[in-house]
Amino acid sequence: MELLRFATAGSVDDGKSTLIGRLLYDSKSIFEDQLSAVEDASERMGLEGTNLALLTDGLRAEREQGITIDVAYRYFATPKRKFIIADTPGHTQYTRNMVTGASTADLAVVLIDARKGVQEQSRRHAFLASLLRIPHLVLAVNKMDLVDYDEARFDEIVEEFRAFATKLDVADLTFIPISALHGDNVVTRSDRMDWFQGPSLLHHLESVHIASDRNLIDARFPVQYVIRPQTDEFHDYRGYAGRVAGGVFKPGDEVVVLPSGFGTRIAAIDGPTGPVEEAFAPMSVTIRLEDDLDVSRGDMICRPNNRPAVGQDLEAMVCWMSEAGALTPRSKYHLKHTTRWARAMVTDLHYRLDVNTLHRDEAAESLGLNEIGRVGLRATQPLFFDEYRRNRETGSFVLVDEATNNTVAAGMILGVPS
Amino acid sequence: MTTRHYELSHLRALEAESIHVIREVAAEFERPVLLFSGGKDSIVMLHLAAKAFWPARVPFPVMHVDTGHNFPEVIEYRDRRVAELGVRLVVASVQASIDAGRVVEETGPRASRNQLQTVTLLDAIEEHGFDAAFGGARRDEERARAKERMFSFRDDFGQWDPKNQRPEVWSLYNGRHRRGEHIRAFPLSNWTELDVWQYIEAEAIEVPEIYFAHEREVFRRDGMWLAVTEFVTVLPDEQPERRVVRYRTVGDASCTGAVESPATSVAEIIEEVAATRITERGATRADDRASEAAMEDRKREGYF
Repeated sequence: MELLRFATAGSVDDGKSTLIGRLLYDSKSIFEDQLSAVEDASERMGLEGTNLALLTDGLRAEREQGITIDVAYRYFATPKRKFIIADTPGHTQYTRNMVTGASTADLAVVLIDARKGVQEQSRRHAFLASLLRIPHLVLAVNKMDLVDYDEARFDEIVEEFRAFATKLDVADLTFIPISALHGDNVVTRSDRMDWFQGPSLLHHLESVHIASDRNLIDARFPVQYVIRPQTDEFHDYRGYAGRVAGGVFKPGDEVVVLPSGFGTRIAAIDGPTGPVEEAFAPMSVTIRLEDDLDVSRGDMICRPNNRPAVGQDLEAMVCWMSEAGALTPRSKYHLKHTTRWARAMVTDLHYRLDVNTLHRDEAAESLGLNEIGRVGLRATQPLFFDEYRRNRETGSFVLVDEATNNTVAAGMILGVPS
Repeated sequence: MTTRHYELSHLRALEAESIHVIREVAAEFERPVLLFSGGKDSIVMLHLAAKAFWPARVPFPVMHVDTGHNFPEVIEYRDRRVAELGVRLVVASVQASIDAGRVVEETGPRASRNQLQTVTLLDAIEEHGFDAAFGGARRDEERARAKERMFSFRDDFGQWDPKNQRPEVWSLYNGRHRRGEHIRAFPLSNWTELDVWQYIEAEAIEVPEIYFAHEREVFRRDGMWLAVTEFVTVLPDEQPERRVVRYRTVGDASCTGAVESPATSVAEIIEEVAATRITERGATRADDRASEAAMEDRKREGYF
C-alpha cells in the first residue's frame, strides 16, 4: 500500500473541518470515544449539531478561542492507500502553517465556498501550493448544495480560477464540486451532480499517480552519518548512511563525493532489511564505497556526469516565519541545507512578493512575518544544491536565528546569481 | 521499465522516515537517550534504531522511567532485549524520586504514579546531561500529540509550548538548543496503531506476552478492566473475576486497563485493531480520562 501525504487549506467557513471529518468518518477512522467526546463538547458549548473541528483542535487555547493554532496531522487509510493529512489553518499564520504542513505534501486540497467563489484566500493558498511545488492541486468547490448543485456556477468558478492559475506553475490541477456536509462527491460520486464526469475526491486521492513525482534522474545522496562498527565481525565495514534525495543508486555505479571530488564505485547498498539492488528516494540506506575515501556528514554522493551546483552564493525565495524581527539585508543566520549546516548572510533583498496580487515590491526593505520575497544569500561554506523546482530535497533550506535558535525562514533555491 | 517499480509501501516509507530522524539526532546531539517503556511503540522505535546503525551498535543508551508498578513480563523483556542489542540501560526510578522527597505519592485507592514520572524523567535528563530524548509517541494517539513536531523543543524546565513551536519544514530538523534545554524526538510521529502492528508482523518483532490474550484476574473500574495486582486497591463494590484479556498499551500497572480479546497472534491483533471503534488510549488509559486536556497539561509540564 502506498502512502499519500496531502495538505488541506481553507478556513473553517469553507467547510474544511467538515470535509476532513467526513473523510475520516466515512473511512471509519473516527473512533466512537473521539466522536462522543466531541459531541459532549459541542453540546456544552451550546452549538447546534456536532462541530467536527473539535476533533482536530485539541489544544486548550484552540477550544477556548475557537481558533486553530497550528498544523494538525490526521491519519486514515482505505484499502488502496494510507493517507496523512496536514490540516493547515487558513486564517492566522497562514504562510507559516501552510509551509510547515505542505512542504512534504504530494497533493494540496484548496477549498472554495461555491457561494463566494474564488476569494483572496483561495488565491493565496493556490499560490503557496505552487511556490512549494506540491505536484498535484485539487480545487474542491464546496457547499454545492447551497447553489442547487448548479453546473453553471461550478463552471464559472473553474473559469475564474483557471485564469488566475495561468500565472502559477501548477503541474496538475483538478476541480471537483462537492458538498462536504451531505457527502456529495467526497467518497462516492453524487447523483445530484450527474453533469460532473470526474471522480469523487477520495477516488482522486486514491488513484492520482505520485510515484513519478519524485526525482528519479539526478542521483543525490547527502551523507547523514558514518557507520563504523569497529567490531571483530565487521572490522573493515565503513558505510555512509543517509536518505536518497534523488535519482537511483545501484551497486557498481560510478560515483563522486563532494566536496572532495574523488571518484569511486558503489560496492554495496544496505537497506533496513538487508542488501538492496537499487536505492531511490525516499529510502534510508547505507552506501559502501569501493575505495577508502575521506567522507563525512554533510558531504554529497552523486554521479560524475550529473552533479548538483556547488557554491556559496545562491538566489532563493524565502518565507519569513518569525514574529520576532524581520529579514533585512546583511543579517546573518545559521543555515541548514540537506545534512549540512553553514552560516549565511543575506546579500540582497530583491523584492517582496504580494501573495494576493503576485506584485513584486522592489522597494521593500525587509520581510516580516508571513511575507515572501526573493533574496540573495552568501554561505560560509559551499553547498551542493539543485533548483527547488527540480528537487525539493536538495533545493530547500531553513534559516535559524543565531541568538534564539528558532527556525525563522524556509527557503527555496532558484539558482546561482546571474 | 515502469515507474511502479520505484514505489515504497507505506510501512517502508514510514520506516525510512523514522530511520532518517533517528540518524539526524545521533548526528547532531552529543548525548541522546532513547526512552523505553517495554510497550510496542518503544519496542518498534528501538528496533528501528538498531537498523539505523547496523552493523554498528545503537550509539546511545536506553532509559526506562520505572514507576515500580510493572508487569514482570515487560521487565523480563526489557532486560533481554537490551542485552541482545548490547546497549546500556539507564533506569530512572519513580520510587527513588519519592524516597528522595522530590515527589509525593498520591494516596487513596485511585493513586497512580503516572503523573510523578515527569519529575523523575526531567531529573534523569538533567542528571545524565541528555540533550535529546527519543519518545515513541504517535500523533494519532491523542489530540495534543497531533500537533507535536518530530523535533520538539523543551526549555530548561522541560516544558512544551504548543503555541510557540518551531516551524518544521521538509525534512530539515532544527535541533539547536542551549545548555540545559533539550529536544524530544518522535520518530514514530506518523505511524498509527495499525501501522505499528503491521510492522511488528512484517519484521517478526517479539513483543511481551501481555499483548496477547491470556486469562487474568481483573475488575471493572471506569469502564476498563484493571488487573488485580499489589499496586491497586480493589474497592468493596468492585468484583474481581477471571477474564480472557490482552493489553493494547503497556504503562503503569495501576492505571493501564486491559481489553477483552481472544487475539493470540499478531495477525489476530491486526484484525482486531483494524475493526475496533475505540482508540487505544480511550480504551485503556485512566490518566487520559481526567480531563479533555489531560495529555496537553501533562505534556506542557514535560511528560513523554
